[in-house]
Amino acid sequence: MSEASFFVEAPVEGGTSRRGFVLQTLRQQRVALVAALFLAACVLTAILAPWIAPYPLHEQVGLVFGHPSWHHLLGLDDGGIDMVTLLIWGMRVSLVVGFAATFVSMVIGGTVGVVAGYFGGRTDNVLMRITDYFLVIPDVPLMIVVAAIWGPSLFHIIIVIGILLWTSTARVIRAQVKSVRERVYVKRARALGAGHARIVVRHVLPQVAPLLVASTVLTIAVAIFDETALAFLGLSDPSTISLGSIMQHAFDRAAISTGAWWAIVPPGVLVTLLILACSLIGGALEDALNPRLRVAHLSARTFRLRPLVGRGKDAL
Amino acid sequence: MRGTDYVLKRVFFAIVTVWVALTINFVLFRLAPGTAVTNLSRVPHATQQLRHALEVEFGLDKSKWQQYVIYLKQLAHGNLGISYANQQPVSTNLRIALVNTLPMVTLGTAFAIVFGIFTGVIAAWRRRTKTEGLSVSTALAFYAMPTQWLGLMLIIIFAGVFPTAGMTNEFLLNPPFWTHVRDLASHMFLPALTLGLTLYGEYTLIVRSAMLETLGEDYILTARAKGLKPRTVVRKHALRNAMLPITTLIALSLGYIVAGAILIETVFSWPGIGRAVYEAVLQRDYPMLQGAFLVLTLSVIFFNLVADLLYFRLDPRITE
Repeated sequence: MSEASFFVEAPVEGGTSRRGFVLQTLRQQRVALVAALFLAACVLTAILAPWIAPYPLHEQVGLVFGHPSWHHLLGLDDGGIDMVTLLIWGMRVSLVVGFAATFVSMVIGGTVGVVAGYFGGRTDNVLMRITDYFLVIPDVPLMIVVAAIWGPSLFHIIIVIGILLWTSTARVIRAQVKSVRERVYVKRARALGAGHARIVVRHVLPQVAPLLVASTVLTIAVAIFDETALAFLGLSDPSTISLGSIMQHAFDRAAISTGAWWAIVPPGVLVTLLILACSLIGGALEDALNPRLRVAHLSARTFRLRPLVGRGKDAL
Repeated sequence: MRGTDYVLKRVFFAIVTVWVALTINFVLFRLAPGTAVTNLSRVPHATQQLRHALEVEFGLDKSKWQQYVIYLKQLAHGNLGISYANQQPVSTNLRIALVNTLPMVTLGTAFAIVFGIFTGVIAAWRRRTKTEGLSVSTALAFYAMPTQWLGLMLIIIFAGVFPTAGMTNEFLLNPPFWTHVRDLASHMFLPALTLGLTLYGEYTLIVRSAMLETLGEDYILTARAKGLKPRTVVRKHALRNAMLPITTLIALSLGYIVAGAILIETVFSWPGIGRAVYEAVLQRDYPMLQGAFLVLTLSVIFFNLVADLLYFRLDPRITE
């Protein structure tokens, strides 16, 4: 590519090349659309798991580490259980954990963000200070510690992930609420005698709802990622099968040295695709809703980085 | 002066955070089901007297506040307790583990920083070309991969070429220095590569967005108008300014890398701090877990402070 093109197109947000920008946005949205379709298909598969899983989940239906064949498209695992069946059920659990944990963190993050942004002053100060502390504590080690102390169970995993992932949501929502609060129609509603509850529910929430959705989708990616990490370390419920525990079993029971790649490659690919899909959808939503966020990503105080495990969803 | 103010404020925040972390550490482990005594007195014919004697020995007869003060005092003296698993002081165990972790983590991070910045700059420079598309999708893919799975994939690919477990070849007895170094390096390759690749994705995305933002600035337009060479504009005008957020973010990420090593060290049986956490969980070795958690938290707080101060150093305009 010639160097001239770089100069013509470089000021992206400057808007000199308007058509290019529109095309770019369209292309991004198309990717996000594909991602959304994929995610929807996964959710549907997970819901329909009892009906579409080809084999029973707890029954040996073939050879241990049986090769992929027409009957078992992705082969069999260490217990002779069909891999496709395992993946469908595992995805169901992973998605449930991802969605439930995200729900918990959205309730906390949304509430903290709205309260802090709406009331401002001391409330805001105290809440944001607490958020700052949560930002500094390394999530995954804390999840590991809490999960280890409470004992392995799916419910604990959900709660642990949920209570640690709300900070970025709280920050984004707070910023938005702060700006909404100063708008004329909110002031007018207040002058007309509307109470706090009414203003928040009728005027503030509708304004922040789209951002909350974007934040939710991004958090789902992190939650699914964290679940695989915890399950891989043996901290999830040993009796349920998630994508993370499929990987753990394959690793523990020597799928690699047996050469049974089909027991270990597909769950990882599936997790990667799920996380990718959520990140792309969330990123596209956030960009479309709030172009200023792009700038906020890069200031050190709002950016949340968690490489490797439970990574900063703001990186996109 | 506002600058000094800022530095003092950040340092103060870090100190308070350390205290919060210590307290959380204390409270968390007191929530663990049972006490040290419940476990130890689970012997046949354990009498009430024995249990009481043990409680006195462990200081569990004191009030929670007294226990908390004792805990802080002991920490100030560097006493993290004794590991249940190997009866060694936790601090000794952790020191050995940290020494093992650091070279591997440093190697992987260096790889990620060099390549991440390189690809990120190229991606921003070649905006809307195949090059950008390719580098961004690669980065996104590495960003989305579960770390432990990436490690397993590398094992499958490189099995037989590089050692996939442990830190040294145990059958090499008293090897000559260079043989030992080569042995260590070959063992370090895969875990460091796993770490490097995961971080690489993240860093590329960060660098690219920082660069894009800078390339849209007016002074870039000015530089162009002056007729400077594209290479000069990118290197001297754009990258220098983009390095501001990049440096801080990388500093911030360093704290989490140690924590992230848990999964990698588990996969590759690397005897570092991450593996120590994993084993402590398996054996319910609470003192060890508590100590390791403390070290991980402190490293994050430390690098957070470094990031804050670095940001200030690079951009003195920042006061809040």
